[in-house]
Amino acid sequence: MTQTTSGPAAAGGATAPPLVSLRGVQKHFGDLHVLQDIELDVSPGEVVVVLGPSGSGKSTLCRTINRLETIDEGEIRIDGEVLPTSGPGLARLRAEVGMVFQSFNLFAHKTVLENVTVAPIKVKKESKKDAEARATALLERVGVANQAHKLPAQLSGGQQQRVAIARSLAMRPKVMLFDEPTSALDPEMINEVIEVMTGLAQEGMTMIVVTHEMGFARRTADRVVFMDAGRILEVRTPEEFFSAPETERAQDFLSKILAH
Amino acid sequence: MGSLLAERDMLWDAFTTTLTLAAISGLIALVVGTIVAGMRVSPYVPLRTLATVYTEFLRNTPLTIVFFFYVFVTPSMGFTFDYKVAAIIALSCYTSAFVAEAVRSGINSVSLGQAEAARSLGMSFFQNLTIVVLPQAFRTAIPPLINVFIALVKNTSVAGAFSVFELFAMSRRMTNVYSGDVLGILAGVALCYLIVCIPLGQVAGHLERKVAFAR
Repeated sequence: MTQTTSGPAAAGGATAPPLVSLRGVQKHFGDLHVLQDIELDVSPGEVVVVLGPSGSGKSTLCRTINRLETIDEGEIRIDGEVLPTSGPGLARLRAEVGMVFQSFNLFAHKTVLENVTVAPIKVKKESKKDAEARATALLERVGVANQAHKLPAQLSGGQQQRVAIARSLAMRPKVMLFDEPTSALDPEMINEVIEVMTGLAQEGMTMIVVTHEMGFARRTADRVVFMDAGRILEVRTPEEFFSAPETERAQDFLSKILAH
Repeated sequence: MGSLLAERDMLWDAFTTTLTLAAISGLIALVVGTIVAGMRVSPYVPLRTLATVYTEFLRNTPLTIVFFFYVFVTPSMGFTFDYKVAAIIALSCYTSAFVAEAVRSGINSVSLGQAEAARSLGMSFFQNLTIVVLPQAFRTAIPPLINVFIALVKNTSVAGAFSVFELFAMSRRMTNVYSGDVLGILAGVALCYLIVCIPLGQVAGHLERKVAFAR
């Protein structure tokens, strides 16, 4: 399988070094081989959408990139640097990789504003004033500035997820990981989150998105990665993938998705 | 109970000693127990093992034996403490194991996802624990912690058997002197414990309501 880069940076001619690079990544959960021979490069500014049936390993793949999941073999690099296994070096690299979870995971005892400012203040040692100014701007941008002093539980799911995106952006990450960001949302709230993500993509944020939102994949992805049973089966542009998937598994997956 | 009133200076002395033992030991146990609970969830295996051994050892040893150790054994090893200090050390060690378990149950009640979010924002284990996990863990741990502190107040009576003149030691001396008023003396001393422990339960309820937050 070829790993053609079709991201905006690569399209310019000179191939930029990949921002995220996975080489020969293997992972087992007991007897289950959840990630097999994973090879993937993501260029700066590129939006990669990972698709696949549940249990295909796409969430695990996403979580290995900031080492919320360990890997058994292989190498993961962020902006050329090998991801350390633990310690301050790992924390520093994690700070450069934003992560948005399916279940939002906002800090339940902190207000929306505090959720967004706590990491810049404590990890990046920004002044409270600067962090709050930036947090307010980010909350404005994701449309929840008027909720800044509420606790997460007082917000709707869509609002909480937008706060979670703002919280990640506050660290000025080089790349953002989205692990099924809309899967826990009521249907009417999915769009407000997708809109924020589309906006980010248009501004040139490097994104790796695990999702079932085919519309987002079609419109926004530079490349679609299709996974099944722990392997990457296809890496294509969305046009190619959705109109003429190569593998039988992908054809089967798409027919089920599009039939419903 | 008239005899207690007649000896009210001694009663006050014993009562404040009980209070001092409970308050100082409680404070030390809270700090030590929290550190031990933190060690137990740390990513470093030696710290986890040390904390587990500490907790299991003290939690499953009778308090009297812990007292024996600090009052009789450590002096023979060259460390001599005042009886009151030895009592505070024994009570603190013993109670800290229970505090550690209460706090750990609180830690386990905080969703793993929040800790993952903290890690993915670049927080260290210590920051994760102190900023995200413990503030929420304590809220859940208040009822079991108050139980631990109520037990501590009553456990101070063991110090009476090790030359510390607190309520229990006083009641023994009093019943020897005023043998006709045993019931009154014991009821009075029991009342003293109630005066401390019942408000502790009330404080728990108050704290719980005050720090409650929606999840």
